[in-house]
Amino acid sequence: MHEMSLCQGILDIIEERAAVDRFSRVTKVRLSIGALSHVDPKAIGFGFDVVTRDTVADGAVLEIDQPPGQAFCMACSSTVTIPTRGQPCPSCGSHQLMVVGGDELRVDELEVS
Amino acid sequence: MCTVCGCGPGETRIEGHAHEHEHEHEHDHEHEHIGPDGTVTRHTHHRHHGHSHNHDIQPSRLIKVEQDILAKNDRFAAVNRQLFAASNTLTLNLMSSPGSGKTTLLVRTLTDLRETRPMAVIEGDQQTSFDAERIRATGVPAIQVNTGKGCHLDAQMVIQALGVQPTPRDGVLFIENVGNLVCPAGFDLGESKRVVVISVTEGEDKPLKYPDMFATADLMIINKIDLLPHLSFDLPRLIEGARQVKPGLEVIELSSTTGAGLDRWYEWLGAHQPSSPSVTA
Repeated sequence: MHEMSLCQGILDIIEERAAVDRFSRVTKVRLSIGALSHVDPKAIGFGFDVVTRDTVADGAVLEIDQPPGQAFCMACSSTVTIPTRGQPCPSCGSHQLMVVGGDELRVDELEVS
Repeated sequence: MCTVCGCGPGETRIEGHAHEHEHEHEHDHEHEHIGPDGTVTRHTHHRHHGHSHNHDIQPSRLIKVEQDILAKNDRFAAVNRQLFAASNTLTLNLMSSPGSGKTTLLVRTLTDLRETRPMAVIEGDQQTSFDAERIRATGVPAIQVNTGKGCHLDAQMVIQALGVQPTPRDGVLFIENVGNLVCPAGFDLGESKRVVVISVTEGEDKPLKYPDMFATADLMIINKIDLLPHLSFDLPRLIEGARQVKPGLEVIELSSTTGAGLDRWYEWLGAHQPSSPSVTA
């Protein structure tokens, strides 16, 4: 359950921003968790509620964007969408794929007051 | 704008705002009183007045962050990487499920190579220092990091361990991660290479079941190959699955018990040892 440490990381980012941008309450947190990242969005949702209790982000709504997995296929020289790692190129069936997107793990935006 | 009454200056302010203003209110209400003797009096109040008040409710605004969640870990990892580079240390992050034989492989490796180069070990486990004690019995320094409830080592734990036990200059630092095929994959420790260990007593489809771990590995060690005659383990399928997840993944098959294949592992270590002399001021 490394999602818990990641939630702590999200809270660290929020608290750093709270000091810089001077807000006292976060109402919404927008994240990007790519389909090929090593993270289960549901576990993030659970961990986030626990980690943010009694903090500036207590009760904040979590909005998670899940960009699809993108890989460059060396066999057919094109960028393709793959659902998970280990899946073949949907065009040519090759496994010579290099992940180029959908592995992000990012705090995009905060709605604060 | 004020979320209570809709008024407001229409501009966002960094400091939480509290505004004072006048609202006109009309309060008309009709009601009845029942007296102690049962008489009912019905009447209406007409009130028209102005009053001022404070709002503590602050306007909401959006802040663009665009920051990697692992940024903090990655900053520590970058420091570790500099420390390893400065001391010419080959640092390996060893990861596997519990029971793949990581510690046994390490004990064997340290015993065989301890005369050839400086080595040290950072041992990660949730609890106990059993593994560090096993390592120290070989004469190689080891430090135990107990993660408590944590399921993986992170770069900050490594930097803390390095404060107690310095990097082996011109040698090899082995970091034995917590036995777990999921979580350690996400955390850069600043290592030079990632080594995933899998034993033939596990399922051959693990690379496809736990792709994140294999996707980030530089080398897959297949351990306990001496047991193959007793098992129905599909070795080619394991390697094929791992290379579906990580094309070109290097593979070494060995047995820490019999010593088969260890020469290839030691060659691999030698080939990845940083050779350039470290620059000292």
